[in-house]
Amino acid sequence: MINPKNIHASEPDASLDRVDGPVKVTGTAKYSAEYQFGQLTYAVLVTSSIAKGKIKSINASKAEKAPGVLTIIHHLNSPGIPGYPVVKQPAERAPLGTAFRVFYDELIYFNGQPVAMVVAETFEQAVHAASLVQVVYEVEEHQTDFEANISKAEMAPSVRRSKNSPFQDYDRGTTDAWKNAEVKISATYTIPTQHHQPLEPHAIIAVWEAADKLTVYDKNQGVKSAQGNLAQTFKLPRENVKVISKFIGGAFGSGIRVWPHTVAAVLAAKKLNRPVKLVLGRELMFTSVGYRPYTVQKIEMGATKAGMLIAITHEGIGQTSQYEEHLERTILASRAMYACPNVSTRYRLLSLDVNTPTWMRGPGDATGMFALESAVDEMAFALNMDPLEMRLKNHADSDPERNLPWSAKSLKACYLLGAEKFGWKNRALAPRSMKSNGWLVGYGMASSLYGFHRHPSKAKAIMLADGSVVVQSATMDIGPGTGTAMSRIAAKVLGVNPRKVRFEMGDSSLPDAPGQNGSSTIPSVGSAVHVVCESLRNKLVTLAEGMPGTSPSYANILKYHNLSQLEATEESKSGPERDQYSMYSFGCHFVEVHVKPLTGEVHVKKVVTCADVGKIINEKTARSQSIGGVVGGIGMALMEASVMDHRYGRYITSDLASYHIPVHADIPQIEVHYIDKPDMLVNPIGSKGLGEIAIVGVAAAVANAVFHATGKRVRELPITLEKLI
Amino acid sequence: MRPFQYIRPKNVKEAVDMVSLEENARFIAGGTNLVDLMKRNIETPDKLVDITHLPLKKIEYHSGTLRIGALALNSDVAEHAIVNSRFPLLAKAIDAGASGQLRNMATVGGNLLQRTRCAYFYDTAFPCNKRQLETGCAAVGGINRMHAIFGLEKNDLEKSCIAVHPSDMCVALAALDAIIITFGPKGERKIPIQDFHRLPGNRPDLDSILEKGELILAVELKSNTFQQHTHYLKIRDRAAYAFAIVSAAVALDVQQDQIRAARVALGGVAHKPWRLFDVEKALAGKPISQNTFRNAAAVSVADAKTFEHNAFKIKLLPNVILEALMNAAGLEPSYD
Repeated sequence: MINPKNIHASEPDASLDRVDGPVKVTGTAKYSAEYQFGQLTYAVLVTSSIAKGKIKSINASKAEKAPGVLTIIHHLNSPGIPGYPVVKQPAERAPLGTAFRVFYDELIYFNGQPVAMVVAETFEQAVHAASLVQVVYEVEEHQTDFEANISKAEMAPSVRRSKNSPFQDYDRGTTDAWKNAEVKISATYTIPTQHHQPLEPHAIIAVWEAADKLTVYDKNQGVKSAQGNLAQTFKLPRENVKVISKFIGGAFGSGIRVWPHTVAAVLAAKKLNRPVKLVLGRELMFTSVGYRPYTVQKIEMGATKAGMLIAITHEGIGQTSQYEEHLERTILASRAMYACPNVSTRYRLLSLDVNTPTWMRGPGDATGMFALESAVDEMAFALNMDPLEMRLKNHADSDPERNLPWSAKSLKACYLLGAEKFGWKNRALAPRSMKSNGWLVGYGMASSLYGFHRHPSKAKAIMLADGSVVVQSATMDIGPGTGTAMSRIAAKVLGVNPRKVRFEMGDSSLPDAPGQNGSSTIPSVGSAVHVVCESLRNKLVTLAEGMPGTSPSYANILKYHNLSQLEATEESKSGPERDQYSMYSFGCHFVEVHVKPLTGEVHVKKVVTCADVGKIINEKTARSQSIGGVVGGIGMALMEASVMDHRYGRYITSDLASYHIPVHADIPQIEVHYIDKPDMLVNPIGSKGLGEIAIVGVAAAVANAVFHATGKRVRELPITLEKLI
Repeated sequence: MRPFQYIRPKNVKEAVDMVSLEENARFIAGGTNLVDLMKRNIETPDKLVDITHLPLKKIEYHSGTLRIGALALNSDVAEHAIVNSRFPLLAKAIDAGASGQLRNMATVGGNLLQRTRCAYFYDTAFPCNKRQLETGCAAVGGINRMHAIFGLEKNDLEKSCIAVHPSDMCVALAALDAIIITFGPKGERKIPIQDFHRLPGNRPDLDSILEKGELILAVELKSNTFQQHTHYLKIRDRAAYAFAIVSAAVALDVQQDQIRAARVALGGVAHKPWRLFDVEKALAGKPISQNTFRNAAAVSVADAKTFEHNAFKIKLLPNVILEALMNAAGLEPSYD
């Protein structure tokens, strides 16, 4: 028997450059809006300018006569979407739990709702005609102001119905035990609505290949889930729907769902029997693809004078639309993060006349850990204790929520490594006591955690005659470098140079895999790639038996057996270990800020981020992902906010000049460190995924640093300068 | 964007004729603002008269006067040797504006005429007197964090406008008493920058006193004694590519630690670049010191009026002026 390790050279140690780097920087990577078709038509949405009410009339006659216009679709003339129930007359507000139905009836649920779509021969013609569509509304009083309506928040109906929901009220130990603690704090933290705003706007080209056969080139984070959704919406056999999403210019969660604009484009293409392209303008990106919900959290915390946590209560109120629930992990981190005997959590939802939120990087945890990790910092200050020492003292050695051992946890190692690399020992304990060149200097830190997610995934591996390998799975790359990491996993198992591996994804006809979300791609699809490559290798090893020589190449094995290629397909999924261990990623961030005392300007000067995410598959792309998370966290802390004028129930931030995301000049040196210790209890590759945890806790670390610099505790993000002067 | 005609005139005269005689024609140069406004149906010209090829790009310095052609690119002005040596304040202000890509497209004339960035102005779903007279001002009772505190209409604010002029360059030009040279149907005229931009009053639709078809040819700056001590301080929500919450252009003429003359102009506080003559007076004749600057800066907000979300500007503004003056004078501030 041949030792498979001898078949080929072993993998190189150095990080792989991004395999799709060259096509991206040379502009040859094809994004959803860039596919070319003869007969291509261009769609533009007309959206509501009121937040609640009815469409009284739509006058499209001027628009219809505009040059190049092919069709104008709205609720009065929509050919109908087979997956929607029949329109009721008169229209009734949809029961909670109904996804928004585009061009369905005259009801307006939120400002910016699509009310009509113009399709024309050119984009410019469609834009012009859209401006000529006149919509008259019957306005009803709307409620969009979270703070003004907060008393109406309630337990989500789905949670009320499900006793096993993690969002049920939770009490460990004694309720309100914090009140009797030696040292206690109580504080309320607010994060505003934030939008993903990837630089590539959402886009789709819908092509009906036949009356019952649809292909869409769509920006999304899951081709298989989009395929399933569109098949259901248009009542097509699943295999008749093909979704292509090869390259994505950022998404951060905005592409997890199939949004109404996608359905609208497919509908128009069906009506015209021509391909339809729809690209959302930047202003529509605020109302078409979800957002991180406005959330108010109250934390009450009690500790002994020695700094041992006695009790935490964490109450979170999130925002959703009037037609759908949106639940986030907001309060869940407080149950698992620290060894604390008494923990209570409450989670409530407030329905407003807005569109439904969605998951945005580190969903729930980025929100919840801003509150929890700010509160721990407040407690450390109340105790006159170093915030890192406070966290080390209350480290949870096993999961206090589930009473299970961690599959692996190197958080203490993260703390110590980060502190050393950052120079935490130079931190003066008292706030507003460090200065440099006329600036106030602050050091802050925060922990991070993120639950482990692994979904059943399939992959196919094909050995080609020349010894190169193709690996396929219907997973995605929204930016982290999926292809690079998968190539490396495959190369390692097969013992080939990663450059000889081509990873194919972003196509719903490939083997079934989850979309890219919840930091699950590497844990799920990475495992499938590992397993399928093992399977392929075993087949090859079997074929090599009895061949002359001791170490034939893969190419020679195929040639010897007169095979043009050899393939294997496998599925990989979790087993009983899910019930035996608690699985999380952990990490921490250290941040130095400088604050100008006269003007309140905050400059982040240094960030050190450490993560324990099991095995790091490809260090170079991992680092880039961690850096991106920190940048997102800095944005969340200092500038990102979607601001609504509640008199109109409409955002006044409608472009990237008013919705600020960080620019290069805002970002300092970011150091990234990994523990890089495989967690072999979670999956065969020992790796836990990185996308979400990279941002979780960053905003708290920044806010804590600002407090240390200025002595001012800002509990309402973003930390803009007027809050500091 | 609605259909429009695009024309390239042969010379300045023809360009001016085209725009002054046509009902709804506009000049276009860099287009960094106008094109955005057209995309969102804020500006809806029937005809665009492209002037980018006209010979108005030169930057010249003769006998104490700097003349910057209206089509000189912002980036070319900011990098020009004479501008940097004799009018450093202008270079600093231009560099604080927009992004590298925009400065490479935007012209000096266009910068003078850029329109406010008030969010209500940019979205036709909101009422806005600047966009359409008599529709109301959504900002007065709305989200007005970025809005004006000076030069506000006293009588009927709802018919006026509380938006601010967004330019950084113009703040420096105001501090340096620039002259705007124009050519219109009535011939050439020279407009001091103080008179060039308007206060909103009951005609907030008009940003400047330019008449229909009147074209900016150049901006002139007279040599001054302020080269040594200038600073442009822009306070904004991120480190680059953001409009000013408040900005200050300051210039001091200092002889033996005494201030002979001072110039202080602000951005982000009014419908036009805002000169603070009272602060300048309070500085003249005084020794340079943190105390002098603090006292003078305190005068700055005497006439300010604030709204729900921009009241912080009253506190911020004197600090910004103080910091800018300290910087211009080369003093290290002490904060305690």
